[in-house]
Formats: sequence, C-alpha cells, structure tokens
Amino acid sequence: MASVNRKVLPGFSLTLGYTVAYLSLLVLLPIAACFVRAASLSWGEFWGAVWTERARAAYSLTFGSSFIAAVVNLVLGALIAWVLVRYSFPGKRLVDSLVDLPLALPTAVGGLVYASLYVKNGWLGRYLVPLGIHGAYTRFGIVLVLVFVGLPFMVRAVQPVLEDLDVESEEASASLGATRLQTFRHVILPALYPAMITGFALAFARSVGEYGSVVFISGNMPFKTEIAPILIVARLEEFAYGEATAIAVVLLVISLTLLILINLLESWTRRHAT
Amino acid sequence: MKRSRFLAILFVGTASLFGCNKSESAATATATGSSSAAPAEKPAQAIELLNVSYDPTRELWREINERFSASYAKEAGVTLTIKQSHGGSSTQARAVIDGLEADVVTLASFLDTDAISKKGLINPGWVDKLPNRSLPYTSTIVFVVRKGNPKQVKDWPDLAKEGIEVITPNPKTSGNGYLSFFSAWGSVVLRGGSKEDATKFVTSLYKHVPVLDSGARGSTTTFVQKQIGDVHLAWENEAHLEVKEAKGELELVYPPISIRAEPHVAVVDGNVDRKKTRAAAEAYLKYMYTDEAQDIVAKHHYRPTTEGALKRHAAEFPEIKMFPVTDIAKDFADAHKQFIAEGGVFDAIYKPKK
Repeated sequence: MASVNRKVLPGFSLTLGYTVAYLSLLVLLPIAACFVRAASLSWGEFWGAVWTERARAAYSLTFGSSFIAAVVNLVLGALIAWVLVRYSFPGKRLVDSLVDLPLALPTAVGGLVYASLYVKNGWLGRYLVPLGIHGAYTRFGIVLVLVFVGLPFMVRAVQPVLEDLDVESEEASASLGATRLQTFRHVILPALYPAMITGFALAFARSVGEYGSVVFISGNMPFKTEIAPILIVARLEEFAYGEATAIAVVLLVISLTLLILINLLESWTRRHAT
Repeated sequence: MKRSRFLAILFVGTASLFGCNKSESAATATATGSSSAAPAEKPAQAIELLNVSYDPTRELWREINERFSASYAKEAGVTLTIKQSHGGSSTQARAVIDGLEADVVTLASFLDTDAISKKGLINPGWVDKLPNRSLPYTSTIVFVVRKGNPKQVKDWPDLAKEGIEVITPNPKTSGNGYLSFFSAWGSVVLRGGSKEDATKFVTSLYKHVPVLDSGARGSTTTFVQKQIGDVHLAWENEAHLEVKEAKGELELVYPPISIRAEPHVAVVDGNVDRKKTRAAAEAYLKYMYTDEAQDIVAKHHYRPTTEGALKRHAAEFPEIKMFPVTDIAKDFADAHKQFIAEGGVFDAIYKPKK
C-alpha cells in the first residue's frame, strides 16, 4: 500500500528476466563458448587460421553472395508479398503456403534439386547451358539457392505490414491528384521500408550461415566457389577445433556488425518515414 | 495468425536440422526364440551395444548384427540388441569424443579412431588388440567409368590427360577424398617418380576435377545422377554398388596400384567399462574374424583379411598393388599433415597464380 507500482505493464521484471535467461541459454551461451574456444589460440595462430588468402576469398564470397541474394529477395520477395495481400486469385492460399516451404525443406535437398536442375543434362540446364548460363557449380548457383532459402523471411516480414496498410491513405493520395507511381513511391513504399529492411537483414543473416544447400550446388572449388562455412568443416575434419571456431568467430563478428548497421538503418527509416 | 504459423514452421525447420545423424537399431529376432535354450533358473540377460560407424557400412553391419546377436544368444544366453549409427567418419569420431556412448567404433580411418584414443576413451595400443592390426576388412580406391570406357581410363596418369573430367570428393572434408589423393600420390612416388613429379601430377589431376563434393555420396550423385565427369574415384565396395545400380551404364576399372584403406575397429574402453558391456563388445569384434563374418564382409565387397577368406574370395577381388599409407609417409597423421591439412600439398594446388 505504501508504494504504488508505476509501471503500466504488469509482470515486467518476470518477463524481462525470462527473456534474458532464455536468450542467454539459447543464443549467448553457445556464442560465448565459440569465443572461449577461439581464445585458446594465440594471436598468431588465430590470425594464421582466419586471414589466409583462401579464407579471405571465402569471406568475400559468403558475404557477397548473401548480399546479392538478399537484394534480389528485397525486390522479388516484396513483390510476392504485394501480390498475396492485394489480389485474390484461385489457389492463393496454396501459393501463400508455398512461400514457407524453403523453411520446412531440409536445405540440403534444396541444394541437390537446384544442382540437378541446372547441370547440363538437367531440366533447365539443357536449355540454359547452351546459352552460357551455368546454374550449377558456379557463384550464380550459390546466389540461386540463397535466394531460395531467404525468400520466406522477406515475404513474411513485409506481408503483415502491407495488410495493415490503410487503403484510405492511398485513396487520399489519389484524390489529391497523385499519380499511381507517386502514390506508390511516396505513400506505400516509405511505410514498407522498415519491414523490408528487417526482411533483408533476416534473409542476409540466414544466407551467411547457410551450409547444407550451398555445398551441393557450389562445387566447393577453393578461391572460386568455396564458402566460409566449408572452411570451418574442413578444419573440423582435422580435429582443429580452435581454428574452426576462430573462423566462426570472424563470421559472427562481421555478421553482428552488419546486422547492427542494418538495425540502425531500420530505425532511421522508421523515424524518417512519417 | 500468419506470424504464429510462420514461427511454427520455423521451429519444425530447425528441428529437422537435428535429424541428420541417423541411428537405427538392428532387429534382433532372437528375443523370443532363445527362451527355450536359456536355463530356467537364470533369467536371460539383455544387453544393448552401440556400433558407431561411417556411412557406407550400413548394410554390412546390419547383416553382421543379425547373425551375431543370434549366435551370441545361443552361446552366452544374452539377448543382444545392436544399434548402428552412421555418418561422416570424423563427424562420428567427434560425437564419440563429445559423449556418444559407443561400445565399439568401426570408422573409416586410423586418424578418427586414434583421435578418440588420444582423448583417453580407447586404451593405447588398441591397434594390436585384435588380429591383423584390428582390421577385419580393408578396401581400396578404384575407378568407375562410363559404359565401354570411352576415354580409355586405365591407370592414374590417364586421369590427367586432355579432356578427362575426374569426380572425387574434397580431400579436406572426406575420407574418400584424401584416400584418392594418397593413391594418386603413391602411384607416382612408388613407381619411380620423385616428389616433384608427384606434386606436378596431383596438381594437374585436380585441375581435371570440376566439382569437389563434400562427401563420398555427394560425388556419387554428381557422377551418376548429374552425369558429370568421365571417371569417379570411389571406394571399391561403393563402386560395386554404383555399377550394379547403373544397370550396364557404368563399368569398374582397377588401376594397377592404389591405396590400402584401413577401416580399423576398436572397443571403446572408457564406455564399455562404465556400461559393463565389455564381454559382449569384445565378442562382437572377435566374431568379425570368423569364417561366417568374413564371408559376409566379402559379400558386401569389402576385402576380407583372414587367410582362409582371402583364398575363398580371391576371384572376386582382382589383385592390384595395394600400398599402405606408410609407403608414402610416416603414418596416417603424417600423411594428412603433409598433404591435406592447412598449408599442405593440396592447398598449394589451388594457390591462385600471381
């Protein structure tokens, strides 16, 4: 009676405690273990493991292809979300469920199927390879599967926001004399930016860590199509745990930095959207 | 609504990731059949063994397990259930090191078994505990080619010829991969070539490899389903299955010389002592050297190692020069370090030209 709880939400300390404990157990602890394991190496060993010419080639491939795939998803994923929200057509629910499929399918299966489609005697490859388009065992193939695994993240991030978007503001914009393109650019798109950036970040992060599908389509040629997670597996095969986790730590640090930047960008657009 | 379904699928997706370590239990049809044989006053004991092995041995061990548990029930009055676990050999070794309760390990390479031993789970000197250096069977690397062998691939030097594409997995991530590398290396240095010649040969050989799959089965898919490459460097036993399944589209070629692959077997001392399963585990591995087991081994295209079985099955296994890894290095660890590990010969092959 003496003190009045000023907080509006009940159970704040309980839920926060739960969140912190849960996140620690699920995310922080394993990542901390990674850092501890990598710390067992001396600086020289650490540097020798993570900054070889081959490793640098793998990092730029991993982040480069993840970035391109996320950009592709940014456009195409948003388009799919748009179609699913704004139009109704027969089989819409089926299409809607198809979007989630890349999440349910073991990614190795995805990689295998993509590779067999695009090799020179595959269903698509037999027409594409004569045109000089090699979808299997190339960097292009890696981007293809990364677009595949990243798609649901983009669509599902944008979809709910689109659904909640007021049709009235579009009508208002139109009645004020805006063209359809103007309405799209100045009314709809700004409202979607934060969600699109979230989707981009999710798809990008997912791609950086992707292993299962990529190993089957990339061909794993050093300096050409070898992604960073392959290096980790290669070091594990030598029972070189320290070196393997060192590479993982580098991936984590780069990813975290990029994700923080993307988050900053998102909150910046949120503030400037209205 | 949407959000929650999304999360549910996310969860299922994550869960399915953990499903890749396949473990299965071999049926033991003896549980009821042995009741009449077991003495009435002593209740039949039930023991469960876990055999941690590598990928292609699934069918071999399934048959061995059925036969052995039947005979063990008769002899010792123990109802035995033998479980098998299969996966990439060194992944399996790491699992045992990290606490998978294997009673016996039957892995693809000395390195993997020895890594477990180094962690104290298998007593030192394990190689000499069982006959033939703990090798109930051996294998080798052979060539699989397209029907009619159109490119006339017969020996190692043919692999580096103009216009030949070779399919072999990544030596860094696959046992099949590094054994192929060792074979290629040995084919030069054991036939009068120098180390420089060998380096030159493997460098040009790997220029003919368009895809480095991460494991043996991946390579098989690339070669058979995707129809890439002219020759596939495969385990002998896998090659037989591959050729049989292809129904005449593929042929097996024995090079005159190849590595002697040594998939050692060992009892995991640390685990059997704690689980009190030592007697059964030791009997299980000893059984591998009986005529019955050796015949099963040969049936699955692994090379038996007892003299009698070798004679019986001589016709099925063409004689080629199978050299031990000690012919090209001090031991397996040394070979891996020199050729495959970071900074080894294999890395130098892919150095981009400046």
